[in-house]
Amino acid sequence: MFYFDHNATTPVAPEVLETLAACLGKVYGNASSIHHFGQAAKQRMEAARRQLASLIGCQLQSLVFASGGTEAANMAVLGAVRAAPGGGRHAIVSAMEHPAVLGPCRQLEREGVAVTRLRVSPDGLVDPEDVRRALRSETVLVSVMHANNEVGTIQPIAEIARIARAAGATMHADGVQALGKIPVDVEALGVDLYSMSAHKLYAPKGVGALYIRKGTAIAPIAYGGHHERDRRPGTENVPGIVAFGAAAELAARDLAAETERLAGLRDRLENAVLERISRSGVNGLRGRRTPNTANLHFDGIDGEALVIALDLGGFAVSTGAACSSGAIEPSHVLVAMGLPAERARASVRISLGRSNTEEQVDALVEALANAVARLRRIAGNA
Amino acid sequence: MPEPPIAVAMSGGVDSSTVAALLARQGRSVVGLTMQLWNQRRLPGLSVEGAAGRCCSLDDVYDARRVAEQIGIPYYVVNFEREFEQRVIRPFVAEYLAGRTPIPCTLCNNYIKFDRFLEMADSVGAHQVATGHYARIRFDAAARRWQLLRGVDHSKDQTYFLFGLTQEQLARTLFPLGELAKPAVRELARSMNLPVAAKDDSQEICFVPNGDYAAFMDAYLKESGSAPQATHGEIVTTSGRTLGEHEGVHHFTVGQRRGLGVATGEPLYVISTNPTTQRVTVGGNDELLRPRFHAREVNWVSAAGLDAPLRAQVKIRNKHAAAPAILRPTGDPARVEVVFEAPQRAVTPGQAAVFYDGELVLGGGWIE
Repeated sequence: MFYFDHNATTPVAPEVLETLAACLGKVYGNASSIHHFGQAAKQRMEAARRQLASLIGCQLQSLVFASGGTEAANMAVLGAVRAAPGGGRHAIVSAMEHPAVLGPCRQLEREGVAVTRLRVSPDGLVDPEDVRRALRSETVLVSVMHANNEVGTIQPIAEIARIARAAGATMHADGVQALGKIPVDVEALGVDLYSMSAHKLYAPKGVGALYIRKGTAIAPIAYGGHHERDRRPGTENVPGIVAFGAAAELAARDLAAETERLAGLRDRLENAVLERISRSGVNGLRGRRTPNTANLHFDGIDGEALVIALDLGGFAVSTGAACSSGAIEPSHVLVAMGLPAERARASVRISLGRSNTEEQVDALVEALANAVARLRRIAGNA
Repeated sequence: MPEPPIAVAMSGGVDSSTVAALLARQGRSVVGLTMQLWNQRRLPGLSVEGAAGRCCSLDDVYDARRVAEQIGIPYYVVNFEREFEQRVIRPFVAEYLAGRTPIPCTLCNNYIKFDRFLEMADSVGAHQVATGHYARIRFDAAARRWQLLRGVDHSKDQTYFLFGLTQEQLARTLFPLGELAKPAVRELARSMNLPVAAKDDSQEICFVPNGDYAAFMDAYLKESGSAPQATHGEIVTTSGRTLGEHEGVHHFTVGQRRGLGVATGEPLYVISTNPTTQRVTVGGNDELLRPRFHAREVNWVSAAGLDAPLRAQVKIRNKHAAAPAILRPTGDPARVEVVFEAPQRAVTPGQAAVFYDGELVLGGGWIE
């Protein structure tokens, strides 16, 4: 089995696993405790905070650990709007956001907040001018993802943040798919809030973090303790956080080389597919995207069937985000980019990672060519 | 080249779970697929939690996945919601609005389970499909035709819903439970330690919670914003006497006795409904008897066609005991006249008429 679904999640890197296992076995104190056990845990956690802060160029106090990207995004979206004077009346998001952002936005709407969903271009990009036009006097939050999970496009966050902050709105970027794949500098981006997830960069599931710029008000979404400077209650997942730190350091070390290697593999994949498989194409912009992500359409086939056929043949890829039952809905991202529904359903996402090699990519291309040919034959439109 | 797998349609119930487990136990290569057909949470206001009819619930997917894991087969959920709405739900609603009483299960079998599902099976490299239906398939070498026979457990026989299967579909389908009685299937499931062995049987119309199809119709029409203009009319007797009023003919089906909302001395039944005038005609039990009717869009299964009048037994609804009748050809090969030996009660437009010769399903069509 070859794994090509690194945007869904990544395997824990061996270096990270070593750190995690050592921590799980030995560092069991509660980071809030006064005694030596607690202090040891606290020290390991703060070391991890330094590692992550160093990766994104922020102050230590600005980082809050959470249970994952979804919690971090909920803290950002719900927290920023609810902390606004009067409770906040308007928020702006892009139509291609992850459900971790769109979900809390729907909840805000139920609570009486207006939400504007910005269109995206066929390239998969948000136009900063659209943000400017959508701003209202009562806008309290602008939330746009740094990199998209399905097509990988990188949004002009710095420009959008400038516009949002000049209007007095809080700027959140969902950085879950960017962290570890492209350089992230929250100062240069100019964001107020930046959400992250550990398991997308070779650390375990169940850990995430939210960057909160000093002075940014967010209301808590859970209550119960004074952890993380009163911003996120609950006993910290110290081993998970320590692993996140180790993964952040690994990402910082390897980012430049891995970016180049993965972009090379992805281009090899895409070029081979475009050359060998008729009526195929790349969804979204081929430039300005994360180096590991290829979203491809094969007209006339059912993407869901292709994913299953490839899985049975030993290749793990994916279509759009899976729903809770495991069934596959047409991707809201591709639909937002203006792909016809038929083409959105005929698309798959291939996301590369550390373990993938040229040989694996070549084998995948072979399997894709065979499966697409068979599916088209069945559909009677070969 | 390894043996091509069999695609098993797994609903999460005891029947299809047993099919998957039986085939896997025989050493066949099996792929489990659950068809996601309808989103139970889509129509707010319909009580769904704990409802009896409940297709495609998360619980069912959970159960099917658990069975697949236990017997060690690859398993996937495939989403056919779009096709299901187009080919099953919309015709179901349209038929009711037209004053007929549709059978969504037959449409689902014709267009989803033995059409779209077969295509999905092809896509994943499976040549054959297997389901938990109680029916048997046999190849008649002399006639060079695939035959469909009732399941040996007549109380569970599902051939009434399968008369639309084509020769191509039958050739690729396995019904491993056709030779078994339901208690034996449960016993098999228990003996293989399947976690669903004691699960309740599913309901006939899976997407209608608690069998309340009128509530489903109302909710669906409200969602689509296409509620018919006139859904209000009179209830009259066959002799023309007005007894009361009602909230739309789609709430009534021929033969229905309960829920008429009128009180008279003798029991009254719905004799007919008219969507144009929104009139519901009621009468005594005897007035429901019909000696003959026409079936349209006839599909021939075990028989190749009808050249001359043929003696058969005809079933006009699922719970009906097939009644002796003569099938008479009309000028149109897809249209058959059915003449009963003894008049039958509640011959209902929109329901299926399935023609049997003993165990054999000759064919079937839709009651005009």
